[in-house]
Amino acid sequence: MILHIALRELRSLFLSPLAWIVLGVIQGIMAWKFLGFIDYFFAIQPELIKIKNSPGVTDLIVAPLFDFSKILLLILCPLITMRLLSEEKQNGSLKLLLSSPVSMTEIVLGKYLGALIFFVIVILLISLMPLALMSSADLDMGKFASGMLGQFLTIAAFISLGLYMSSLSSQPINAAAGTFGLLILFLIINIAGNATTGGDNFFNYLSITHHSIQMLRGIVNTSDIAYFVLFSLGFILLSIRQLDSQRIQS
Amino acid sequence: MSALIQAKNLHRFYGDTHAVNDVSIELNQGEILGLLGPNGAGKSSCLQMLCGALAPSAGEIIINGADLLDKPNQAKRSIGYLPDKPPLYPELTIDEYLDYAARLRRVKKSQLKTLRDQAIQRCGLEGYNKRLIGNLSKGYQQRVGIAQAIIHQPEIIILDEPTVGLDPIQMVEIRKLILELGQQHGIILSTHILPEVQAVCNRVQMIHQGKSVFNKKMSELKKTDQVILRLQKSPDLEELMSLPGIESINNTSNNGYLLNGKNLHSYLSEISQYCVEKHWGLLEICPKENTLEQIFLNLISGEGNQNSELNAA
Repeated sequence: MILHIALRELRSLFLSPLAWIVLGVIQGIMAWKFLGFIDYFFAIQPELIKIKNSPGVTDLIVAPLFDFSKILLLILCPLITMRLLSEEKQNGSLKLLLSSPVSMTEIVLGKYLGALIFFVIVILLISLMPLALMSSADLDMGKFASGMLGQFLTIAAFISLGLYMSSLSSQPINAAAGTFGLLILFLIINIAGNATTGGDNFFNYLSITHHSIQMLRGIVNTSDIAYFVLFSLGFILLSIRQLDSQRIQS
Repeated sequence: MSALIQAKNLHRFYGDTHAVNDVSIELNQGEILGLLGPNGAGKSSCLQMLCGALAPSAGEIIINGADLLDKPNQAKRSIGYLPDKPPLYPELTIDEYLDYAARLRRVKKSQLKTLRDQAIQRCGLEGYNKRLIGNLSKGYQQRVGIAQAIIHQPEIIILDEPTVGLDPIQMVEIRKLILELGQQHGIILSTHILPEVQAVCNRVQMIHQGKSVFNKKMSELKKTDQVILRLQKSPDLEELMSLPGIESINNTSNNGYLLNGKNLHSYLSEISQYCVEKHWGLLEICPKENTLEQIFLNLISGEGNQNSELNAA
């Protein structure tokens, strides 16, 4: 049942121009950035040879590319997630789901999965660029895999937040604005952490950046994975509760 | 046989507004119940509660033997619901949409095509299968909404203003469809179009300001103990009174009379024969029937005792 809802979501996404625009924009900008990183790598290559244990292609091209893609995803994710629930509320189709023998959990998970599949496609397409280097360069597959995991967990967290914001409003644009604001907050909250000396651990822990940057360096920490899983689960649960309470309160 | 829907003492608050106040609804197999009421009476809220889209503030709903609160999935399986605004996805084609609706209602894949074709044929959507819902006219979208509600052949069909936005021909077709469906399913229909109720429903429940104010079978509703009599000449009222069944006579117009009496309808032939024998020039004799409109207007515009008066009538 979750799968039916997810597939319907995905189909609607790809039937609208939005999905294609998002894919096109991301690929275009990422390609430009990718070329930039390669140019930079060539420029400093003579210097690198002199250094012992110098950073390789993976550190100088793949990691910054993935890091940069987070900013793009941050901007484009709210555009996809905003309509998940609020559009259904707006055009009344939520009533079809509510009157069907489907639980709230199934509805929310279905929606989540639909958006997640879309963004998995997005990050797979992004990863094709560094993979194209494989023929001519030595790619550190371990680091690459951990970077991909980081990308996946980050976008999974983004979507859960977007889904929750979408459950709060029946106007997609409100959901988008809310998601956008909160995502930026979660990305930069560690700036406050770095500024203060005492409580930096706490703010660092809250920040998405702090956790995803580790994986780009090739370090997979259980605590980082736990952070993303808890983050996503938390907002999914909140969405379920929100839908439930709207049925009771509204 | 247990009832398809047994909803008892439903209440629903929106903030401080008591939108639904102690409404009980019952629906049996083969029944078409018309839910009537002016705008904002609480009809839609009632229907939404019955199909689980809205949780009642208080009350109990049993659908086909399953409690909507305890076993929502089992209960919702027997419901097909068309909300006041059809729940459509404009970017899908009719086929895609109906498949999705059927899958949501847990229709097996093997039955999917048969059921979809049947729903499409019943709602007169043949040939439109591959059209995008967003490109259809309002009337066709409404039909898709109905198709969505009946695709899984539910025992209970709940239609919230199904003929809104349809042209007169489509309206007639949809009514025919409702009558046809009503033979095997239980149907609840909300509307404020009175002729529609008169045409299809066999029971009427009226809701006004959140309360159920009237609930009768169509056959009972029409029945009165009054007969309208119109003659050319002035009759001898004393003689007329002596006829069996007649208890009182009101002179309503020039030569028009309203006869009152218990079970007066069964004495129609005697009365007419008598009038003919007396050469009073019988113009018209017919049992007086309550029209829905009359009852509706009385209930809605009248205050206080109208209700009891009607029940007495």
